[in-house]
Amino acid sequence: MKDLRRFTAARVGLGRAGNSLPIREVLDFGLAHARARDAVHFPLDVPGLRAECEAAGWSTVCLESAARDRAEYLRRPDLGRRLSEASKAILAPIHGPFDVAFAIADGLSALAVHHHALAVLRELRPMLDGSWNAAWNRAPLALVRFGRVAAGDEIGFALGASMVVVLIGERPGLSTPDSLGIYLTWEPRSGRRDAERNCISNVHGGGLSARDAARLLGVLMTESRARRISGIGLKAPALS
Amino acid sequence: MPWTQSVGGVRHHFADLRTLLARASPQRSGDELAGIAARSAEERVAAQMALADLPLKTFLDDFAIPCEDDEVSRLIAEQHDAAAFAIVSHLTVGEFRDWLLSEQASGEILARLAPGLTPEMAAAVSKIMRLQDLIAVAAKIRVITRFRTTIGLPGRLSTRLQPNHPSDDPAAIAASIIDGLLLESGDAVIGINPASDSVETVVNLLRLIEKLRLHLRIPVQSCVLAHITTQMEALRRGAPVDLLFQSIAGTEAANASFGVNLALLGEAHDAARELHRGEIGDNVMYFETGQGSALSADAHHGVDQQTCEARAYAVARQFRPMLVNTVVGFIGPEYLYDGKQIARAGLEDHFCGKLLGLPMGCDVCYTNHAEADQDDMDSLLTLLGAAGVNYIMGVPGADDIMLNYQSTSFHDALYLRALLGLRPAPEFEQWFEQNRRELPRAMSLLAASA
Repeated sequence: MKDLRRFTAARVGLGRAGNSLPIREVLDFGLAHARARDAVHFPLDVPGLRAECEAAGWSTVCLESAARDRAEYLRRPDLGRRLSEASKAILAPIHGPFDVAFAIADGLSALAVHHHALAVLRELRPMLDGSWNAAWNRAPLALVRFGRVAAGDEIGFALGASMVVVLIGERPGLSTPDSLGIYLTWEPRSGRRDAERNCISNVHGGGLSARDAARLLGVLMTESRARRISGIGLKAPALS
Repeated sequence: MPWTQSVGGVRHHFADLRTLLARASPQRSGDELAGIAARSAEERVAAQMALADLPLKTFLDDFAIPCEDDEVSRLIAEQHDAAAFAIVSHLTVGEFRDWLLSEQASGEILARLAPGLTPEMAAAVSKIMRLQDLIAVAAKIRVITRFRTTIGLPGRLSTRLQPNHPSDDPAAIAASIIDGLLLESGDAVIGINPASDSVETVVNLLRLIEKLRLHLRIPVQSCVLAHITTQMEALRRGAPVDLLFQSIAGTEAANASFGVNLALLGEAHDAARELHRGEIGDNVMYFETGQGSALSADAHHGVDQQTCEARAYAVARQFRPMLVNTVVGFIGPEYLYDGKQIARAGLEDHFCGKLLGLPMGCDVCYTNHAEADQDDMDSLLTLLGAAGVNYIMGVPGADDIMLNYQSTSFHDALYLRALLGLRPAPEFEQWFEQNRRELPRAMSLLAASA
């Protein structure tokens, strides 16, 4: 029944060894899971990412959440949503107002961040520099270790930004260990709910390209700035 | 009411019943996240000792969540059958655990006791039971339900065939269904989680399963696990609805976050029964639950996640469901951190569900950020088989490409049946035996035309 595989990417027609899976399938699955696990635990290379971002013309600040290590980060999403005291102190002397603050956070896949985050920002650059309409006054780019989406609320608020955009590694699946998610929040502050954000997900090699993601994000940011909202009231445009 | 327990000269103080229950819970990350877990290993055991001395009757006066705040608490109060409770009404929680393990507590006696127990009683006793206790007692209880197949008979193990696809592609879903049928899967239900919650999708997928079912004359029931209001709209449009599905939780507020309440579930139950599509029984509801859902909706009222989970079973049993399963490792490591916590939770949920009279299955599963792998799934799968679980999931190669998590495979069910001498539901088994030779050919044709 191998021909069933023509119809779906699901693991059908695998054959049998007794009642179990043939060894090739067991190891195939093991490889996919190993890649996903490595992605979850892959540490964010902050100096490397910072160098790349600065080379691309971004000034940066390196921050960390209140989670002390990866294990605590996975157990305590509440800590991943807040900044450490040291990071709060780093942001204290920086004063806006800014039109937008960007934050890159490892989330559940630092691999996704390393593969796709800067690519999205590069594609977005012409829009930010005013190729669509008014140029965007940007806060320094925040690089956040052990960060969740809501960490952006505290960062955006501290910087005095009208809007925060968080680029973050999504939960790895067996087929996609390096998928990036992008979250936009108007007037960020602690306590914002998920319904008040817009999300672009599945940015990876087999999913949404960096170029398409940047185009979607550009439209959402422009709309958000014009209408002064984000979330369910702001619908994502269709990609044509 | 406050409780205290002295251990080695140290007095441990527990402010109220829900605190005592939370502190007595075996360790799990969700209770730590909520800030209600025991603060030391010794405090946990002290709480378990205090809990063991608590009369079962306490739970009839002192609700973990007050009735005036929560319709699930009111339902629990209304459901309680004092006559059924009489046989254990004089026991403490600790004595109840000993009694459950005794020969006196036969499957028949336990079935009669079920309406006399509240979820908090089941949760409380489970907290002081080891895994072997949870398995030994659950294995005595059979809960049998019927629609087109009979689920839960002794010596049987059924599966939900779960042929999900990220874009709800009918040919892809048909291919996964066929793959599962060839491996004797699907006797509990063919149940699709749709990627889209639209009524059109639900109608089309239900028709797809119906076509296969009628063409191959398979004794099986179908379900498309969209939101229950979407399924009810599909039903009103004449779609072939067998079972109605909904995720449920143990507090009114958590159910509200799912967009449901008891009245809506009652309406759905009536609507599905009025279709009279069941051929040998009228159990028409399918519920999924899972520890942590109340906390993740910020709707737990300071009650530990395992007690909240048991309270969801009060909601479930109100509607005589065909199938109930906990989706034990789906929610992630912030609620159940690793394979050990997932295994304990799966066996607790199965035990509590069975004790309260539910036809419990289990989605033995994990996500990639949990500290778990296929070995952990094999362990829990085997333990649940020994505990007499009604059904498990059948996902192609254990890899759900729509929900992005790992569950159990068609092969896993074959392993468990062979190991423990279990067979599929009798109606399905008979169909498979009569049709197995024709199956591959009929199926290739179908797959080609899908």
